[in-house]
Formats: sequence, structure tokens, C-alpha cells
Amino acid sequence: MYSYNDFDAAFLAERNSQFRQQVARRIDGSLTEDEFKPLRLMNGLYLQLHAYMLRVAIPYGTLGSAQMRQLAHVADTWDKGYGHFTTRQNIQYNWPKLPDVPDILDSLAEVQLHAIQTSGNTIRNVTADHFAGAAADEVADPRPVAELLRQWSTDHPEFQFLPRKFKFAVTGSETDRAVIRAHDIGIQLVEKDGKRGYRVLVGGGLGRTPVIGKVIRDFLPEEDLLPYSEAIVSTYNVLGRRDNKYKARIKITVNENGLDTYRELTEKRFAELKPLFSGVDQEMLEGIRAHFAPPAFRNAPTDAYEAARAADPVFRAWADTNLSEHKAPGYAIVSISLKKHGETPGDATSAQMRAIADLAEQYGHDDIRISHEQNVILPHVHLSDLPALHAELKKHDLATANIGLVSDIIACPGMDYCALATARSIPVAQEIAKRFDELKLEHEIGPLKIKISGCINACGHHHVGHIGILGLDRAGVENYQITLGGDGSEEAAIGQRTGPGFAYDEITGAIETILKTYLGLRETEEETFLEAYRRVGPDPFKAALYPEKEKANAA
Amino acid sequence: MPRPFTPKVITANALLEGDVVYYTADDQWTRHLSEAELLTDEAHADLRLIEASAQQHLAVGVYLADMVAGENGPEPTHFREDFRRTGPSNYAHGKQAEL
Repeated sequence: MYSYNDFDAAFLAERNSQFRQQVARRIDGSLTEDEFKPLRLMNGLYLQLHAYMLRVAIPYGTLGSAQMRQLAHVADTWDKGYGHFTTRQNIQYNWPKLPDVPDILDSLAEVQLHAIQTSGNTIRNVTADHFAGAAADEVADPRPVAELLRQWSTDHPEFQFLPRKFKFAVTGSETDRAVIRAHDIGIQLVEKDGKRGYRVLVGGGLGRTPVIGKVIRDFLPEEDLLPYSEAIVSTYNVLGRRDNKYKARIKITVNENGLDTYRELTEKRFAELKPLFSGVDQEMLEGIRAHFAPPAFRNAPTDAYEAARAADPVFRAWADTNLSEHKAPGYAIVSISLKKHGETPGDATSAQMRAIADLAEQYGHDDIRISHEQNVILPHVHLSDLPALHAELKKHDLATANIGLVSDIIACPGMDYCALATARSIPVAQEIAKRFDELKLEHEIGPLKIKISGCINACGHHHVGHIGILGLDRAGVENYQITLGGDGSEEAAIGQRTGPGFAYDEITGAIETILKTYLGLRETEEETFLEAYRRVGPDPFKAALYPEKEKANAA
Repeated sequence: MPRPFTPKVITANALLEGDVVYYTADDQWTRHLSEAELLTDEAHADLRLIEASAQQHLAVGVYLADMVAGENGPEPTHFREDFRRTGPSNYAHGKQAEL
């Protein structure tokens, strides 16, 4: 993984020292809140419902064990002993106190972590496929590119006051695990005629106006990535609307001007910028690549794995759901679920963080990933180590076998924490997970992605959930709208609303109705919920959800 | 016709701790909603809001929140204010644990 050079370390130390002084000036009264707010947001510090919240970036979702241990240390020393992993590969601390934040940031800097540009109208944390460097289906590891983008975008003088926030996601595979089509810029590493390059998508996003990203360049030569990215963002910086917050994201800019016009303007700007890039960025990329060299995979027998599968049904069930195919023979990608039934999606205690760090060190080449689906990944584990790994995970409540199933729910913090939320999300996720665990239907239902947002801003990605749930405030009461058929993969689609929303105490029942309807109408056990929905459309689900209306139509 | 004024309290977050605070009749910030001043007159509420907002060194994001008079002082009329005075629903953290 990437290791800071002297420049990086000095830059971060300087920023942290500036922020320490800004906090001191706020506390002694020299700065008003209006003056201080933009400064704290630039450093990831929000003020939420019950407390401050510090959002720390985990660039492209990659952590080493030392960093994970430091996240645990921060949770124990300055917070309440846990952290919340988010849908954009960040970790959020829900209870920091203002005077402690400079110390927290210094502590994070010791392990090369920071909270810079995790808020504000700037380029945010660059996210990537959480299986990067391990996936059997990738052209190349996308993380060196993500790191290059991180360095380019951090403190980029032109892009500190964009019309609105701006998010990059990068993948090296055709199979999209990074939701690149729901990002302002999505980048896919591709190969054409034996040459590496990038497919560049622009103008995707969820929120109030969900839009699937469009291809602005089908094949961008490798050396043009930074000048072309700069051209896209620079065009947006000039053209993007600053008169209306709700129309300020690049997806609106692209839609209002048309993709062709946007592309033309980008190409024009690119022609100006390209000569200014001397090629030093490509030298840097080469240097960064060396940091991401694959680990030394070992060639060892896998009998222990086969034996454990045969002997232990609990291990087998976990292996069947939580492992993914690795590019190296004899290896697996392990997903550690942070979705134990009834627990808060994405939360990990400091003890769990330390356990994961230990396991990554012992069995996983010291490599840990955080997925946008709010789980933890050990990308490189040899099959023969899995029985021991699983036994350790069990001790720490980390062995839930539910990856990709009903209870593997994405949920934003919602009104339990977030000042913007219009309704709660976490308890809805907890109730749904518990209900299907009690019904013992989880494995029968099979692959399913439920995603819950507590407001229209869609941090919980509800638009691209196979089942999406959006919590709203309807006349002073929590109300939950359901969308069906959304998809965050390479076949991205926006879910369609079923109809009127459901009350807080009705929403779990409504999800049960939908899934029992699916079980009743699927053609085979192999037909997934999403496939069945695409075959039959929304009507059978609407009929089951709203029987009264159905009766009225029939009368 | 303007809507009739409904009772309110002044609330904010504490500058240092970030937790929810309420403004009292004697110009203090309290952690207890029951101790907050219930404002029933619009002109008086506007004046008190100006006074409370001036306390930048203690409170952040000062605003008026709808309440009704209850047996033990002001009570929230909206679930958001109910959560603010209690804490999150997934852990016993926040006010429910501390008060």
C-alpha cells in the first residue's frame, strides 16, 4: 500500500497545525461560527444532532493493520469505543469533542490518515473497488490510479470551492463493485488492442435527482487521465450552477447542457491543459504502482479448507456466502460482515477493529479493505488459513454468514445521528435483519441488496437497491417509501417507487410482503429477486403491498 | 392570514461538547429540556433568539423549536426534537445515558 513521502507528511502536519490554531481561535472567541464552519468542514468535522462528527477518509478503502489499530485507539481515547464505516469508504466518529479534534487528527497522521476534503464543495475521498488487486476479473489494480487522483485533488487550488461536492470512483473490472455509475466521475480501467486506458463516465449521482453516469470518453489513453479529469472538473467549475444548491451537481450541468456540449467544452479545455502536463504525473504513477505490488502468494495445499468444509456446516455456510474468487490459485477474498442481525450496519467496536488488524497481519498480508457496502474485506487469504480465521472471527462476533443476502443492508446514519435526516434508517435495518433471521428465509431468498436512506440525499444508495427504502417526514411522522428494481452494478438502474409510503411500524412487514410475493412467483430457486422483478415488473408487488387499492380497481 | 404562534424553546448545540442545549429564562444554557424557557409570545421569542444567538462562545446553531407545555416543562411536538432530547435509538448514548 501507499506510504507517505516527506512531502505528504509535511503537508499533513502543516494542515493539522493550522487546524489546531483555528480550533483554538474558535474557542477563545476570535472566530465566529460563520467563520469557523467552512474551516472545520474542510477538515471533516460536522456538527450533528447530538454531537460533533469527524469523518476520516480511508482512501480507496485500503487500510493496513497499524492504521486499523489506530482507528481503534481513536475510538477508545476520544470517542465511545466504536466507529461507523460509511458508504463512501470513510469512518465516522459520532462523539468527538471540539477541543479534542486536533489531537485526534495528529493521532491519525501518525498512521498516514486524515480527514481533509471529507466534506465541503471539493473533490472528496476517491473510492475504489474493495476487491482491487485481488479480483479474478480485473484488468489491473485500480488503486494506484485512485492514489494519483487523491494526490492531484488534495488541496488542488482550482477545486476548493466547486459549485458542489464532487466524487470519484475507480474500478479495474467490468463487474462494477464501486458503483462508478453513481459518481460524478466514474473511471474504469480497460484494455484495448493490448493498450491500457480508461473508460470515463460523467454525471452520475443519486440524491434528489438520481442519474446514471454517461460515457464521456470510451477509451482515454493512460497518460491523459489527469489532464482529462482536470478538464472535466474545470469545465464544471465554470459551467456548474451556483444559484441553486439542488441543481449544482455535475449531473444537472451535464443534463442541462447536454452530454455532447459538455464533452465539447471538456475537449476544448483538455486541449489547453494537456501541454501543461509534462509527464511528471506518469512518473509519479509509476512510483505509486510500486507501492501496490501484489503480495508474495504462497503455493500450499488446501486440504485443511476442504476438510473443514466437510466437517463443519457453520464454516461451510460462512464460506459459501462470505468468500469471493481470488485471482491467485489457492486464495480467497474474505468479506467480514459488519451486519450481524440486529446490530448497526457498518459499526465496529474497537475490540473488533483490533481483532481484524491481528487477523489481517496473521493471515491476510496486512491488507484490509472497507467496502461501500459497509463491510470489511481481507482481500488475500490462503484457503488453508480459513478455518483458523473463521474460528477467530466467531470469537469477535464477526462471523455472520450473510454477505449479499437480505440482512446485508446498507443504511446511512439517519436521524439517529445526522442533522440532515428526515427519518431514522438504522432501526429499520435492524428490524428487517432480525425479522428475516427469525423467519429463517434469508438463504432461501438468496442474493438481495436492500439499501436504506434517511433522507433524499441518498447516502444509503436507496435508488440502486434491489429494494430501496427512503425515510421521509410526512406531516411530522416518519414515513418510508419503497423503490424496487434498482441496481448499482454495471447494469445500473434506478429503482421505481411502489406507491404511498409506510409507517415506521409497517415497513418491515411491507418488505416481508414483497419478499414472500417474490418467493411465490419466482420460476426457479435460481431466479434472483432482481431477475424476477425484471421479468414480471412492479405490478404483482404493488398488488400485494396495496390490497385495498387492488380491490377498488377490481370493483 | 398569518399562522398563530405556537409555543417554542430556544435550542442549540454546545460549542465544546456539541451536545444539545436549551436556553433558560435566566439566560443560561441547560442540558435539560424541562428547564428551558417556554416562549409563548412571538415578539418575546424573537428577542430571546437574538439574545441567545449572541452567545457564540457557548452555543452553535441557535434556533426556535416547537414545543407544548407539559407536566414537567416543555415537551417536543416533533420526533426530531424528541430524538435530540433523548439520543440515538441504536445505543444508550447521548442524553438518555448521561442525564
